[in-house]
Amino acid sequence: MIRSHVLICGGTGCTSSNSPAIRKKMEESLAAHGLAEEIKVVQTGCFGLCALGPIMIVYPEGVFYSRVTVDDVEEIVENHLLKGRVVDRLVYNEAAAGEEKHEVSSLADTGFYKTQLRVALRNCGVINPENIDEYIGVDGYQALGKVLTEMTPQEVIALMKASGLRGRGGAGFPTGLKWEFAAKNICDEKYVICNADEGDPGAFMDRSVLEGDPHSVLEAMTIAGYAIGAHHGYIYVRAEYPIAVKRLEIAIKQAREYGLLGKNIFDSGFDFDIDIRLGAGAFVCGEETALITSIEGNRGEPRNKPPFPANKGLFEKPTIINNVETLANIPQIINKGPEWFSSMGTETSKGTKVFALGGKITNTGLVEIPMGTTLREILFDIGGGIPGGKQFKAAQTGGPSGGCIPAKHLDTPIDYESLKAIGSMMGSGGLIVMDEDNCMVDVARFFLEFTVDESCGKCTPCRIGTRRLLEMLNNITEGKGTLEDLDKMEDLCHYIQKNAMCALGQTAPNPVLSTLKYFREEYEAHVVEKRCPAGVCKKLLSYEILADKCRGCTACARKCPVGAISGTVKQPHVIDKSKCVKCGVCMETCKFGAILKK
Amino acid sequence: MKSLAELQAIRDRMKNSVALREGTGDIRIVVGMATCGIAAGARPVLNTFVEEVEKQNLVGKATVTQTGCIGMCRFEPIVEVFEEGKDRVTYVKMDSEKAKRVVAEHIKGGRPVYEYTIGEAQK
Ligand SMILES: Cc1cc2nc3c(=O)[nH]c(=O)nc-3n(C[C@H](O)[C@H](O)[C@H](O)COP(=O)(O)O)c2cc1C
Repeated sequence: MIRSHVLICGGTGCTSSNSPAIRKKMEESLAAHGLAEEIKVVQTGCFGLCALGPIMIVYPEGVFYSRVTVDDVEEIVENHLLKGRVVDRLVYNEAAAGEEKHEVSSLADTGFYKTQLRVALRNCGVINPENIDEYIGVDGYQALGKVLTEMTPQEVIALMKASGLRGRGGAGFPTGLKWEFAAKNICDEKYVICNADEGDPGAFMDRSVLEGDPHSVLEAMTIAGYAIGAHHGYIYVRAEYPIAVKRLEIAIKQAREYGLLGKNIFDSGFDFDIDIRLGAGAFVCGEETALITSIEGNRGEPRNKPPFPANKGLFEKPTIINNVETLANIPQIINKGPEWFSSMGTETSKGTKVFALGGKITNTGLVEIPMGTTLREILFDIGGGIPGGKQFKAAQTGGPSGGCIPAKHLDTPIDYESLKAIGSMMGSGGLIVMDEDNCMVDVARFFLEFTVDESCGKCTPCRIGTRRLLEMLNNITEGKGTLEDLDKMEDLCHYIQKNAMCALGQTAPNPVLSTLKYFREEYEAHVVEKRCPAGVCKKLLSYEILADKCRGCTACARKCPVGAISGTVKQPHVIDKSKCVKCGVCMETCKFGAILKK
Repeated sequence: MKSLAELQAIRDRMKNSVALREGTGDIRIVVGMATCGIAAGARPVLNTFVEEVEKQNLVGKATVTQTGCIGMCRFEPIVEVFEEGKDRVTYVKMDSEKAKRVVAEHIKGGRPVYEYTIGEAQK
């Protein structure tokens, strides 16, 4: 009889910080203490608080251990699992034990989780993704059963439309409508594609769903197939996600064994099966037409729309393509009803959205919140604010296609429309935080560098336009820009937006435009004063030794990698600016604050 | 699997197991599992509670956990039952048979088994 479950995160983050070894040690230790029959070890998907991994949760108490090492396992078994004494030193401190030792506040009470509302991530970190029975135990495949035995395809589409679900992959297109377009096309063959390319740097919610709850995606794809009249599905996932691919393979195999994929599902006469296609990890392959081209076996390049995939998609057949997170919402929408879903969110954007918090933020990880939550709540209540008492400067949403949002818009309730209105976009939910130490010109340059690399080259505005933009940004960060360049850049941005073939090019100028709009004074400091206010752009920096503070200890001279510092012992030293590479090591080394960065 | 009935059967079988992770039920049964408790036989008591709660379909309602030394070692095994809005009930010198009765009468029936409580033992 099992009295306790020990959940160990098997997401990519915790796996790379050694969670498989912790799990093995836990199993050995439980066996050695004769507890193997009473306590079950479960490998789950991501809990979301990746900054604190490896993570372990002990139920039924819900005690949340963070940064667990193999050496801690024995203590957890002997004290907590055997004797009921929580190992306080490992408890995530916000969730630390109260006065009474058995009153350990659970995970759900921490600031990080309290304001979250988990719909798409509902099962991540709760069930074992490699065991279909656990998914069924949390009402998995109920929605598929209901759809196939009680509903017509038209009813499914009507329900999806009523829910107000919009695509989570970037464009925010209404899912029910997309399905309706494909359903209306009469054709011998149709396809359902799951877009699991997740190319937005920093975003990892799709990976997390695939790793933590793969069956929800399979179930939703099958429902989609029934709704539009397709019998075949493809999951296009990047090969850089090996754990996700492995769990998907296991899930597909188990679903086939149970007859939840294959012929005559639930004796309804409906057949559906799913295959995996691996992508090589090009950003443009996440764009739906490029993705389709890639599945067809060609070089992943986009093509013009229309025709839209719903009319002419994979192998020229009607195809719907949905994002992983979009799909993960669907079984619950069917189970709980469209009203339940549309009761969450804002007027135009229903339900929740997952954001991947990164950059200058205390709680790096995945958070899921209702649409309409403000950036301030996400960053400060859930994200724990900026570390080191630094000042917030901007948040970048939507990855390389998005924009930077300044402090004055922190109280904007987030949805598809409001983000667009302030010059950014929802994108796939990357959320990168910048503080006073970030240079906004450098940030724009960084994202442009990414798009230049990832531009497929098929159309000129994107291939050449983004490169010219990057050159101008490079000049500015090197102090070679002029005020005229700023206007030229803006013109070029608008040109690319209007003329690039696919949304990769059309959105590539966003980081430049939004930083020009909100942080123009920083650009001006670079071009007019030849100064980088945040002290990031190396070409504009210089290091100097303050003669009155220098004690001549020689520490900096010994550390300098290029031998740019000279002087005699106990005498003030000097930096040779022609040799200095501005690495900053001298400043880190100096104990007397004698080095000045300008 | 060809029918919804088969799906329901798996769901029902798994439900109890996964419910354990949905956090605590309204009632918490806490078994003292310090060295003294274990020496006095707390392990089988704990296991009986877990088994009985599951058998009687009370998993969503009651959660069995363990704690360290409660401080009255001569009364071990000690089991305390906490319920929102009610006084806590402390059972002493427990064994498996007593545990079964506590689950049936107190947890399920709502009537504490007074003869096993600390008040009775100290009379
Ligand atoms: C450059 C580029 C990259 C994209 N990358 C992704 C991606 O990684 N994952 C994704 O789901 N959608 C991505 N999209 C959006 C897809 O084209 C498409 O809108 C989406 O998969 C549709 O699914 P949804 O309606 O469920 O959001 C990308 C679009 C562009 C222009």
